[in-house]
Amino acid sequence: MTGNQLTRRDMLTVAAAGTGALVGGSLSTGTASAAQPAATGRGPMDISLRVNGTEHRLSLDPRTTLLDALREHLQLTGTKKGCDHGQCGACTVHVDGRRVNSCLTLAAMAQGADVTTIEGLGDPDHLHPMQQAFLEHDGYQCGYCTSGQIMSAVAMVKEPWGAGDADIKEAMSGNICRCGAYKNILAAIRQVRNA
Amino acid sequence: MEPFTFSRAADPAQAITAGAAASTAQQGAEVRFVAGGTTLIDLMKLDVETPSRVVDINHLPLAKVERTPDGGLRIGALVRNSDLANNAEVRRDYAVLSEALLSGASGQLRNMATTGGNLLQRTRCVYFRDTDTPCNKRQPGSGCSAIHGFNRNLAVLGTSDQCIASNPSDMNVALTALEAVIVIRGVRGERKVPIGDFFLLPGDTPDRETVMMPGDLITDVLLPPPRAGARSHYLKLRDRASYEFALASAAVVLESEGGAIRHARVALGGVGTRPWRSAEAEAALIGKPATRAAFAAAAEAAMRDARPQSQNGFKIELAKRCLASALATVAA
Repeated sequence: MTGNQLTRRDMLTVAAAGTGALVGGSLSTGTASAAQPAATGRGPMDISLRVNGTEHRLSLDPRTTLLDALREHLQLTGTKKGCDHGQCGACTVHVDGRRVNSCLTLAAMAQGADVTTIEGLGDPDHLHPMQQAFLEHDGYQCGYCTSGQIMSAVAMVKEPWGAGDADIKEAMSGNICRCGAYKNILAAIRQVRNA
Repeated sequence: MEPFTFSRAADPAQAITAGAAASTAQQGAEVRFVAGGTTLIDLMKLDVETPSRVVDINHLPLAKVERTPDGGLRIGALVRNSDLANNAEVRRDYAVLSEALLSGASGQLRNMATTGGNLLQRTRCVYFRDTDTPCNKRQPGSGCSAIHGFNRNLAVLGTSDQCIASNPSDMNVALTALEAVIVIRGVRGERKVPIGDFFLLPGDTPDRETVMMPGDLITDVLLPPPRAGARSHYLKLRDRASYEFALASAAVVLESEGGAIRHARVALGGVGTRPWRSAEAEAALIGKPATRAAFAAAAEAAMRDARPQSQNGFKIELAKRCLASALATVAA
């Protein structure tokens, strides 16, 4: 997101602050534990990450995954946390141009690499062709898996797969869509691949 | 996840020295090498793996695939599964390996997972992954929850009364049929271990899965030269068509001459406590005509010693049909 548009994260933050008294702080507690595992004596380490072309210097618990570093420390919340165990694909980003699960990568392991997230793919005024195709084909319902689907799809079309629909389905099997928008996701990817 | 210190190894010697400080390289190791992270980070999040030191080996010079002087292949331990699967020489000369790799995990995971790491992939037994339940593999002496529990996806070959966990790898099944040799560098230098000797049966020590010792670093996997005239294939059967572990799989290498089978290598996946080489099936094939009857007889021989648990008896028939079908495919 660019400019002064309110992001979904802004809305959630406002909502959490507003209802904090009612829910006894459970929302903010949950967020904090996911973001920063309690440091127990081994201390944070200095980690440099190059994300979407920008260098960031962070001080992170070594346990921090690339996914948590992106979402909780760099506020790049387009990358989603689904299963957090490499089973759903919602966290898919590119590391040196290759699609990976950021939930199974330690942030420290990504030092020196070029990390690209959905925020680095395009922006609302200049969508990446794959983002545009997902819009045109309605390749989502709730949208939670969508950034992972798009990041996976952008990398997949450059990989050595065959030309059939079955190849797209097989190549994309690591991205789960619980709404079941697969038909439209397939159509979107087919459009970009065949362009 | 338990806390740990993180460092990056600048050369193999640094990694070996760091690893040698651990008391074991098996379950409970205090030092772990991380490459792809697809198994290790997952298990660390579950507190199944709790190393106090994690050494990043991703920057070691072990990511090449090269021809060996004898015409075989040397695969660096850090070659990613997707790169190995799509390597032109692997596709041409070792189709079974390419097919096995592409049948495993997802596009993302294959971009991360390495050759060395996949050799050390851990079981998907739900009790191994759940620290609230007894598991002899995770916590020796605590008991096996699977024998009278959920064992549908577990082993029928090579089990013991201590552990019935199945080895989940596809790559290892293909490497077993190809008679790969694993090159390990350790504190006492380099050694070469045939893959048939690399994996241990669970017996009374299911926490010990391989011959890896503290400080050991897998550097390469060697494949013998491809046999002229041999064909190979990997067939994987599972609950869904993609991104799922094998219920049963078969890796086969077959060479026929004048209608008779001259060379056969058979390994099974999904059904064994380790990647399962079947000398019985191979013996049943050699010298026989390449017919469906011979393939069925080989499948019977392969599963003769299988022991079903309460939920996985179906795997015995499934594995037989899987092997017979894979053999029919390469013989066609």
